[in-house]
Amino acid sequence: MNFFQFLQQNWSELFALTREHLFLVFVSTAFAVLIGVPLGILLTRRKSLQTPILGIASILQTVPSLALFGLLIPLPFIGGIGAKTAIIALALYSFLPVIRNTVTGICGVDPKVKEAATAMGMTDGQILRQVELPLALPVILTGIRVAVVIAVGVATIAAAVGAGGLGTYIFRGLRQNDNNLLLAGAISSAVLALLADFALGQIEKIYALDVRRNKTAQRKRKFVLVGAAGLILTILTLPFLLNLKSETSNSAIANQKIRVGSKDFTESVILAEILAQNLEQRGIAIERQFELGGNLAHDALVAGRIDVYPEYTGTAYTAILKRQPLTDAAEVYRQTRREYAEKFSLNLSPPLGFSNDFAILVRGDVARKNNLRTVSEAVPLARDWQTGFGQDFMSRADGYAGFSRAYNFDFAKQPREMDLSLTYRALASGQIDLIAGNSTDGLIAALDLFQLADDKKYFPPYQAVFINRSDKSEILSETYAKLENAISTDEMRRLNYAVDGEKLTPRDAAAQWLKEKGF
Amino acid sequence: MAEESPIIVEFRGAGFEIGAAKILDDINLQIHKGEILILLGESGCGKTTTLKLVNRLIEPTTGEVTVEGRATTEWNPINLRRRIGYVLQEAGLFPHFSVAENVALVPDLENWDAAQKRERTAEMLELVGLNPQKFANRFPHELSGGQRQRVGVARALAANPELLLLDEPFGALDAITRVKLQKEFAALVKNLGKTAVFVTHDLHEAFVLGTRICLMDKGRIVLNDVPENFRQSDLPLAQAYLETISTEESLAADGHR
Repeated sequence: MNFFQFLQQNWSELFALTREHLFLVFVSTAFAVLIGVPLGILLTRRKSLQTPILGIASILQTVPSLALFGLLIPLPFIGGIGAKTAIIALALYSFLPVIRNTVTGICGVDPKVKEAATAMGMTDGQILRQVELPLALPVILTGIRVAVVIAVGVATIAAAVGAGGLGTYIFRGLRQNDNNLLLAGAISSAVLALLADFALGQIEKIYALDVRRNKTAQRKRKFVLVGAAGLILTILTLPFLLNLKSETSNSAIANQKIRVGSKDFTESVILAEILAQNLEQRGIAIERQFELGGNLAHDALVAGRIDVYPEYTGTAYTAILKRQPLTDAAEVYRQTRREYAEKFSLNLSPPLGFSNDFAILVRGDVARKNNLRTVSEAVPLARDWQTGFGQDFMSRADGYAGFSRAYNFDFAKQPREMDLSLTYRALASGQIDLIAGNSTDGLIAALDLFQLADDKKYFPPYQAVFINRSDKSEILSETYAKLENAISTDEMRRLNYAVDGEKLTPRDAAAQWLKEKGF
Repeated sequence: MAEESPIIVEFRGAGFEIGAAKILDDINLQIHKGEILILLGESGCGKTTTLKLVNRLIEPTTGEVTVEGRATTEWNPINLRRRIGYVLQEAGLFPHFSVAENVALVPDLENWDAAQKRERTAEMLELVGLNPQKFANRFPHELSGGQRQRVGVARALAANPELLLLDEPFGALDAITRVKLQKEFAALVKNLGKTAVFVTHDLHEAFVLGTRICLMDKGRIVLNDVPENFRQSDLPLAQAYLETISTEESLAADGHR
């Protein structure tokens, strides 16, 4: 499928994502302006506050965006997952240019003009409204333009906290190794940024002083203002209008609604879809909060922002409970279940049947040429290999450090730490030689990769389960009973490949599987 | 004649300091109704600071300044400033206001009705020699320096203030325009019976316009007298100023008469 066919097939989703993206950008910019401009004005009146407040705004801008989203999740009221958190994070990023340009603009007004205004008997408020703000407007507008362009870019990260937007395509594209998705997300957000830059630049021009003084420009200004206001209103109200119905009906049976979360990789999304669709068949209202990065899903569950999400016992045991890895699957499940109940009062579903263990992968041709079967057999060959691992594998207790020690690996080169989904691509194209993937990954077959057996039984078992808030256990138990041991490793690999390789949506793949199983 | 008129502004031992720096020291001065008082001196002598004390753009750190018998610190600064016209160098016109809007500024702040404002604006523009039809809707950047200064004067006069403060209003103009405006302004103030305090460093201008000249040096008033007596002064600084115009004596005398 080439890019244009992709666009033809997906234009309506792309349009919806673009609208979500614009919504995030406009609302966050509106916040930044409503708070930033008055704050900037305050700073011109209380100069001693300038250094600390501009300093804080500068520091906020240097916080990596994903980290900022992560910090916001556990906070009450302003935190959580979804659009609200994203808007707050984006607004925090947009503060600096808005505040700074307000200060610069107002301080840049000719002191003779300010002196005249004071001497004519204008009050401070009148000077501000009639003299300083109109004269500073072009500079303030520049600040807003910069803020919008930054927000368009940063908003792509918002997909990681379930806020949607074009980042959804970019993250999905990275995960599924799909250039069309990547391009559609990246090009669209770049085009949005350029359009916003151009459009706001035009408004700025019309407000620039010498054009403002002539009559046709004044008429043009009114026209542009009305147009811009109309456009913004439309974009702002559209999502509300479209969502209004579901919102109201949801709130009526709010107690029955289950908010299903997922982590930010294909398998987690498919499992979440399977659960969600089964619940929907039972007439239970579902809110989807998918594709939460890192440990966000767990944080969101503990904070009560979601009710249930798919997890792996090994991850829960080592990464969240911080225990030393165990090799007995039943023991890991038992201990995790007990400690989750005690520590977080969260409940584990019965195992779903498959485990998604770490899979040490090499290229198929390398494995065949050297007749490799197990990890141990690869150790003597691997001295000059370049390895590449996801951030997760590099940092977790049962990850790289323990693994290389257990097998006595002696890699001459430092491992490359990179995005997990990119390691597949890098391995297949020969830029790296060994990676740690997931055993159920559909790409293993699709890219002709070979999984080396974990002959020293180093990796703990990663049985798939759902984890839910205890108050939803009752409503979920019927679905849990159906899904217990229902998905084999092979089936999961096929489901993953259906999405990553055959480009089915996770929703369709899940629906197909549920139908085959007769649920 | 000036001596018998009521006192409009009075400085009583007024001083102004920034930190340890004495900008003004013990200024005592009475300004009577109908006078055009010239504050003459070099840059940094404190003449502009003296002017700004009158409409409370700054407040004296010692002594007091009274306007119509009340200390400036007792006046509401907004009310005080709206009663006093102010003209500064390069006019200080609002670049985003038309000529008419600039002139009608104080009447607008005082909530005059639209017809009244329009009429007053036209009257003021006529008064300073600008055709209202032609100039009312122009913007400051479309005017010459002299025209801008005329608009500045019109703006200062619009709310019919008793007192005008002028801070080197003609300083940045070319020589021919300056002389023309000086003559017109002198006639204008005399006809309207206004009181004016006029800051300049140009003795020629002081002679053309002033009914009294206050020579300032290092934050103090060193001479305060009518122009005729200024010419006779043997003060070294006054002598130095007189030398600057000795070659154009006759011209200055013409302007004065």
